[in-house]
Formats: sequence, C-alpha cells, structure tokens
Amino acid sequence: MRTGISRQWVPHPFAKRKDGSEEGVGAPIRLPLAGWVFRVVCVATVLFLCSPSAFAHPQKGEAVGFLTGFRHPISGLDHVLAMIAVGLWGAQLGSPAIWLLPVAFPMVMAFGGMLGLMGVPLPGVEYGIALSAIMLGAAVMFEMRPPLGIAAALVGFFAIFHGHAHGTELPPGQSALLYSIGFVIATGTLHAVGIGIGTVHRWAWGKMALRVAGAMVAFGGAFFLWKAIV
Amino acid sequence: MSRVPQSRVPLYAFVFFALAMFALPVEAHLNSTGMGPFYDGLMHFLMSPEDIIPVLALALLAGLRGANYGRRTLFVLPTAWLLGALAGLTAAAANPHPFAASAWFLLLGGLLAADAKLSLRLTTALAALLGLYHGYLNGTGMGLFETAAVAVVGLVFAVFVLIALAAALVVRLQAHWARIAVRVAGSWIAASGLLMLGWAVRTR
Repeated sequence: MRTGISRQWVPHPFAKRKDGSEEGVGAPIRLPLAGWVFRVVCVATVLFLCSPSAFAHPQKGEAVGFLTGFRHPISGLDHVLAMIAVGLWGAQLGSPAIWLLPVAFPMVMAFGGMLGLMGVPLPGVEYGIALSAIMLGAAVMFEMRPPLGIAAALVGFFAIFHGHAHGTELPPGQSALLYSIGFVIATGTLHAVGIGIGTVHRWAWGKMALRVAGAMVAFGGAFFLWKAIV
Repeated sequence: MSRVPQSRVPLYAFVFFALAMFALPVEAHLNSTGMGPFYDGLMHFLMSPEDIIPVLALALLAGLRGANYGRRTLFVLPTAWLLGALAGLTAAAANPHPFAASAWFLLLGGLLAADAKLSLRLTTALAALLGLYHGYLNGTGMGLFETAAVAVVGLVFAVFVLIALAAALVVRLQAHWARIAVRVAGSWIAASGLLMLGWAVRTR
C-alpha cells in the first residue's frame, strides 16, 4: 500500500459534465486560447526570442557549393516553367511516362551541362529554352499523347539547352561535387512539384486546370522567346 | 496505466525548452570530434559525399536485386575498404584522379537507374573494387599509423552501417513507385557524375 501525500484528481475549471453544464462556480468565461497549450506556446515563444545565434553553419564553403547549385535551376523563371511542365505532362501521360520523363530530363540536362562546362558551343540556347516552354506547355494544354519514345526524345532534346545554359554559367570556386548534387536535386524537385500538381488530373476540373496551366506555361515561353528575339 | 496530470505538462515543457535553449553548440560538422580517432574516422566518412554517394548507390543497387546481394555487399565492401585503407596507410600520399569520382558516380548511378540485372559475382567484384579504391585513398591521407588504424576501423564501421541500412530498406520495398523512386535517385547520382566530369575537364 502506497503511503505519503495522496493525489486527488482536480477537475479542470472549464471541464464539462456529461449533462453539458460547466464545472466550478458560476458561468466561466471561456477564452479561445485558454489551456496549457497556450501557456507552453507563450513560454516557448519567449525562449526562442531570447535564443543565441546558431553555430551550426558548416565551414569551408561546403554549403555554399550545394546551395549555389540548388539555387541555380530555380533562379530563372524560363527554366522553372519548362521543368514544371515536364512534371505536369508526365502526370497527364501516366505510367510509365510519369517517372521516365523526370528521369530523362536531369540525365540529358546534365549531359548538356557537361558540354557547356567543356566549352562545346551550342547555338540558339536562349531560343531553345523559350521553345521548350512553348512546346511542353502546348503538350500539356492539348493533352498530347505521343508514343513514349517521342515524348522522351522531345523532353531530352530541350533538356540539352537548359543544361548547356547552366553549364556555361557555373560560377568559379565552388565545390564541383556539392554544386552538381544541389543542381540535380533542385531540378528533380521541380519535376516533383510538377508531378504533384499534375495529380489533380484524376478529377474533371483538374484536367481543365492542368490544360490552363499548360497554356500559361506556353504563354510564358512565348514571352521569353520574344525577349530573346528582341 | 499511469497518466501524467494535465497541470504538470507546462512544467515539463518549460524545463525541456529551457534545457534546449542552453544547450552547448554542436561540433558535429568538424572532422575532429574530440572523441578519439574511432569517431574521427567515422565522421570523416559521414562528411565526405564523394565517399558516401557511391556506397549508397551500390547499397541501393544491391537492395534492388535482393537480400542475397545485400548480404554479399554488406560484408565484401567494408572488408575491401579496410584492406585498401590498411594498404594506403603504408603507402605514399596519392591524389585521386579527377575523373575517378565522376566515373564511379556515372557507373553506379547509371546501373541503379537502369535497374541493371547484374550477377552476384559482378556485384561482388564492383563492391571489392569500390572498397579497395576508396579505402586506399582514405588510407593515404590519414597520417600516423597508430591512430589512423583506429580511425580506419571507425570509417569501415560507418560504411557497414550505411550499407546495412540502405540495402535493408530497399530489400523491403514492395510498392512499384517506391522502387522507381530508388531508380530516380540513381539517375540523379549519374547526372551529378556527368556534371562533375564536365567540371573536371574544365578545370584540368
């Protein structure tokens, strides 16, 4: 048998009885954020505001290489539009295109990046990038369903232009390995975003929304083509 | 079943956050942990993506092929790594060839992306070659033999754990999309290898 101070369960002042009436004397005023969660959040907020600066930043520039590489594909809207369109189109086409296109694009884009790094010239890069947004956007807009090989070839062809542009613009003094990893992960993440958006294709309104999104991508591509020409 | 009284929760939360706020800064990003050569070796591996990624790719590839491949890789790769490192400890310092890292990325990433149906013998040979090469490079740059030998053990331990976790995870994957996700990871590794190859040519 346990000895010492006995603990009795004290009902919460705002607890309700089974019949719906309130505990305690009189009708208590129920605050919307009352309770221990609110108190903990208040204490945590105060403590976080008083926290010292973090020491977790990596040294020797490793993070710079990764972050620079990660930022590169998402820094240009023309690249972003095309890469999201690849994901959208893959989602429209379904399996196996939904995974084959996002696999083909980074591989061929990296090949284009390698050519750019090696200094191999490629004419009309800006036109190719703008045309890729137009073509891929149109493919989404019209729900084109070519054979898988043709779809992969189309995506791969335009990926070379994107990769080449990135390859020639690589800043010096970065960690090649971490830059490359960040670069590829960002590209794949953009495809994943496109695929994620493209999952609305299962609903009727989603199909229409995707076609509208494709039209917007194509419109954006036309704008970048106009900018490249002018 | 015992139940924590509701009124104690804010107190526990307060103590937890107060302790968290006054924690010492982490030093896990430093190669020298101050915890001895074993953990130095372990951290050296964990902080070296050029070592981790090929090992991860091979472990994923072995996992895709099945438990038998995973078990073989689990023991062959760390053993080869240990032998290579011990050989490297007694050798003069060697610089890795600029194309070698990208070649490993391309080869293993490409095989993983293609879900290549390698034989068990070929997988074993790949594991042995990868372990010997990377182990030798690790060994040449580790300094004094006495402490370096312990660091090598820590490093090999980390290799073993990484293979065990990655291969076991993939062996258990049944869903089609999950196995495809593993192959997508392989394509990303190969793509990184292509970019690194271009970089190596540019800076040569």
